[in-house]
Amino acid sequence: MYNFNHHRPGSVDAAAAALSSADDGKILAGGMTLLPTLKQRLANPSDLVDLGGIADLKGIREDGGSLIVGAMTTHAAVADDATVKAKIPALAALAEGIGDAQVRNCGTIGGSVANNDPAADYPAALVGLDATVHTNKRQIAADDFFTGMFETALDEGEIITAVAFPIPEKAGYAKFANPASRYAIVGVMVAKGPAGTRVAVTGAGPSVFRLGDAESALSGGISADAVSGVSVAADGLNSDLHASSEYRANLVSVMLRRAAAAAAG
Amino acid sequence: MPDTGIGASVKRKEDFRFLTGQGRYTDDINRPGQLHAYFVRSPHAHATIKGVNKTAAEAAEGVVAVFTGADMAADNVGSLPCGWVVNDRHGDPHKAPPHFPLARDKARYVGDHVAVVIAKTYDAARNAGELVEVDYGELPAVAETGKAQDGSAQQLHDEAPNNLCYDWVLGDEAEADAAFAKAHHITKIDLINNRLIPNAMEPRAALGEYDGGTDSFTLYSTSQNPHLLKLILCAFVFGMNENKLRVIAPDVGGGFGSKIFCYAEETVCMWASKKVRAPVKWTADRSESFTSDAHGRDHVTHAELAMDENGKFLGMKVDTTANMGAYLSSFSTSVPTYLYATLLAGQYTTPVIFANVKAVFTNTAPVDAYRGAGRPEATYVVERLVEVAAREMGIDPAEIRRRNFIQPDQFPYQTPVALQYDIGDYEASMSKALEMIDYDGFAARRSASEAKGKLRGIGFSSYIEACGIAPSAVVGSLGAGVGLWESAQVRFNATGSVSVFTGSHSHGQGHETTFSQLVAETLGIPIENVEIVHGDTGSIPMGMGTYGSRSLAVGGSAISRACDKIIEKSRKIAAHLMEASVEDVEFDAGTFRVAGTDKEKSIAEIAFTAYVPHNYPEDVEPGLDETAFYDPLNFTYPAGLHICEVEIDPATGVTEIVDWVAVDDFGKVINPMVVEGQVHGGIAQGVGQALLENCVYDKDSGQLLTGSYMDYCMPRADDLPSFRVGLTETACTHNPLGVKGCGEAGAIAAPAATINAITNALGILSMDMPASPEKVWRLANEPKMAAE
Amino acid sequence: MPTVSMTVNGRAVTGDVEGRTLLVQFLREQLALTGTHIGCDTSQCGACVVHVDGQSVKSCTLLALQADGSEVTTIEGLAASNGDLHPMQEAFREHHGLQCGFCTPGMVMSAVDLLNKNPNPDEGEIREWLEGNICRCTGYHNIVKAIQSAAENMRG
Repeated sequence: MYNFNHHRPGSVDAAAAALSSADDGKILAGGMTLLPTLKQRLANPSDLVDLGGIADLKGIREDGGSLIVGAMTTHAAVADDATVKAKIPALAALAEGIGDAQVRNCGTIGGSVANNDPAADYPAALVGLDATVHTNKRQIAADDFFTGMFETALDEGEIITAVAFPIPEKAGYAKFANPASRYAIVGVMVAKGPAGTRVAVTGAGPSVFRLGDAESALSGGISADAVSGVSVAADGLNSDLHASSEYRANLVSVMLRRAAAAAAG
Repeated sequence: MPDTGIGASVKRKEDFRFLTGQGRYTDDINRPGQLHAYFVRSPHAHATIKGVNKTAAEAAEGVVAVFTGADMAADNVGSLPCGWVVNDRHGDPHKAPPHFPLARDKARYVGDHVAVVIAKTYDAARNAGELVEVDYGELPAVAETGKAQDGSAQQLHDEAPNNLCYDWVLGDEAEADAAFAKAHHITKIDLINNRLIPNAMEPRAALGEYDGGTDSFTLYSTSQNPHLLKLILCAFVFGMNENKLRVIAPDVGGGFGSKIFCYAEETVCMWASKKVRAPVKWTADRSESFTSDAHGRDHVTHAELAMDENGKFLGMKVDTTANMGAYLSSFSTSVPTYLYATLLAGQYTTPVIFANVKAVFTNTAPVDAYRGAGRPEATYVVERLVEVAAREMGIDPAEIRRRNFIQPDQFPYQTPVALQYDIGDYEASMSKALEMIDYDGFAARRSASEAKGKLRGIGFSSYIEACGIAPSAVVGSLGAGVGLWESAQVRFNATGSVSVFTGSHSHGQGHETTFSQLVAETLGIPIENVEIVHGDTGSIPMGMGTYGSRSLAVGGSAISRACDKIIEKSRKIAAHLMEASVEDVEFDAGTFRVAGTDKEKSIAEIAFTAYVPHNYPEDVEPGLDETAFYDPLNFTYPAGLHICEVEIDPATGVTEIVDWVAVDDFGKVINPMVVEGQVHGGIAQGVGQALLENCVYDKDSGQLLTGSYMDYCMPRADDLPSFRVGLTETACTHNPLGVKGCGEAGAIAAPAATINAITNALGILSMDMPASPEKVWRLANEPKMAAE
Repeated sequence: MPTVSMTVNGRAVTGDVEGRTLLVQFLREQLALTGTHIGCDTSQCGACVVHVDGQSVKSCTLLALQADGSEVTTIEGLAASNGDLHPMQEAFREHHGLQCGFCTPGMVMSAVDLLNKNPNPDEGEIREWLEGNICRCTGYHNIVKAIQSAAENMRG
């Protein structure tokens, strides 16, 4: 690693100030992606602003029909939280499937969402559940947040503070993990919420996307059978050592059926 | 049976330190004034090195020195040698292009060592490494085994035209042709034995230290064979006296073959420690392990099996191209020849076998021995051929094997591929394994799987291996540059405890326990009183190290012989003390007795007398400290049958191993718990090869595409089932312990069993490893795709 | 140079570190606690697992400064002060859950965290939990057995 200055502010405002005064500052959330990147010397920030000391950013609460998950809440905390398990079990299950136990003990929802790795699980949760990203400056709908591979609507220096998930009537997530990295080769979230039925796919494309055909097919009721005829074209899907675009297209169909079955309960 | 003796599952003596964080691995060792090395490696698979500008790096903070191949050349540092000469089909030795620790004219694979920075901290060395300016002239690269010789490929070495290292044959081609001419049916297969990266969990490390006062070196290294490393470095690389180098291989975190070899990094650390007059340490990060540890396997093979109308094997022909990588690693040439083609008879009476092996250079990391080394490749060829033959002939796969097994009354059995098997009972392993897996119930289990929408398959692998490596005269006649005996020194301390110095090296095998059991039982002393010392050339007689499942069969036999010498000397002392003739003194369970009397002396009393010889026989030297060297008379031949049962989800192509039965004949077993652990680990590596692991280089650029655990798929706990392990026993006939060796069996047996099971489930004849979900999904859905 | 303070295996420690110093480096290089190992650079192998405030984490992917003020337990701190092995260590020994010993410290620390969260895991849950710990020697068979046995003993 190249060296950097480490800051551990106690408030979001202090963090924003530290970021703005740094030459090339970066936010350190759980560090599960950033630290390996730094170890490989693929980045050379002057300053890391560590959000781990900001108590306000941790925790989960229910508020007006939504679950508000603090940006620095770990995957393990989401997976184990009684309220999440009761209100959005699909979200708990998704968090339970991220990385491995130790990654889940450190990795945070804010960090994952801000990074927008095309193979991350959380983007499917946010888009599928029609979540809203809260930052220190504004609120951004999930549909508008994920703008491309490793790209988001966040401005320079903008800090995610929480993610608000409207509690759905039904939701289910199914993931096909990369056998080596355990990231999602394909992950599909199916949910019926206040805003209707939504289907979000991660892993398959450059960034999370909604599957309109599946949403229509499920509008009359959520079941695996309802989407048995839904398929996606391989064109434009990711292709790598582990899965060709054709295979990914198949996995989208299979995971869609499994997610629908899980959502149907 | 005493609970610590031979045959007891004694809990391991080494575990306490490992479980409490007190193991001492190479990277745990630090020396005063120590500096750190960082290697500048080639980012190109093939490039001339037109120049290296060190100026900026040398001026960087914390940097002590920057060295290149030119600096080593100026010191007359030699090439890293290949220790086994393979003569080609014309009798000419293999092509042996030089392999300099730091490249001189060309870089030949991604990760090849071009320069080294020595600095006060690792970060400083690495920072400066980025400032070393290397002027590369990029050349076209060839990374694919099958393409190295196709004429268009760029040649790597001037010494090796058309990238050919050797074209080698074993067996009589005309006889094989004649056998094939009489065949009722010929089964033909094309196979790729996928390239693997060993991935011992402890990355390689080295710490070189020069002592100016005595003009001598100490090298701490993650080595499976410190003596061999010392020999190679002194005799071949540096041309220095062996008494001036001490190699210490402390606790080593797994090897699997990859830590046998003499590597560039340890060579450079040792050499540089004299240049900079300070200890120089290097520890690989995992990325470096991926690019620069010697890889394994990487064969492309066409094989044919001729049979009569009853499925009796008449002859076999095998044509293999083996990838050596960019340079010849220490024992690379022997792996696809004498450790491979000699095993092609398997457990069968195939009367004629002809093998042709071409070894080629490519722009990839060197390839050498990896758990099993040649024998997994041979078993994969034989057991895939037999399986496909069974399917083509409509014969049950167990039955076709039975019809061709070498029978117990045929031993010793001379195969047509040079080896003479001393003993075995293949039917015994088969019948036990079939019972354990409930072979008769498979049809019902398959129906149950089908009812769930899953495909179920069963696969066999009747493997054999030649281990207990190896009779020195035999390997010498085949080109080995060393003898493959082993040494042991058994030293009674004056107060009755015993220190055993063994040339074998334990890096997970549990020698401290197994060897202690052997010594405790042989000498009749408590196991707590035995200490096993290994891994330090400064304190141990010259030894050959651990690989090829040789430690117990060869190293253990040496210990047994040394114990015998101890007993014989002690008998003389006991006879003197008890005023009896030597012939009348009996030894049992640690006590010498005069036959027919109640006179007795414990061996501890004898040891004390030997060191305090106040009342002592005139013709006996004081002390009780005996050394033995054991050179095996033959290889040992562990064999057995592994059966794999899989269930496949056709929607995703995911294969789940739902059952695994292994029945192995390792001869006598000292510690069943340790043996079973070795089998488990071997199976996991074999299943890893069959389902998950695959080293991939970009075929055009030669870049390593699977250079981390993000892409190279290591077997995890949730990829594997629990295994069911059984043993049969035919004692090895030619070593004093009757033991055969168990370390490689699982890795040898497992790939064929797994692929045979998957192809059985899919109703196809063949597929290449690894059976990744996508590959299996395509094969499971091919008929449907074709129909659409 | 920033200063970091934490409690390691019950002992208060303080040291000067760089921003980039990883917890595993602090433990190995400054505290000479070399039982915690480094086996990869992509946070996957788990040889470096320690507990920070009771949770298992990969100490190769945590800055020492992130652990400032924390309670850290390493493999060296697991056994009782009288030298008696922790039931998990004892179970690994009893069931031959280790061979070369390199992954073992991380494996044991991870397994202890599992039983803290789930005192009665079945084989599938154990295998899933160990996703973040790679062992090349044992094929995991005996590790799974050891954890099952430790669970039984710890439940009493």
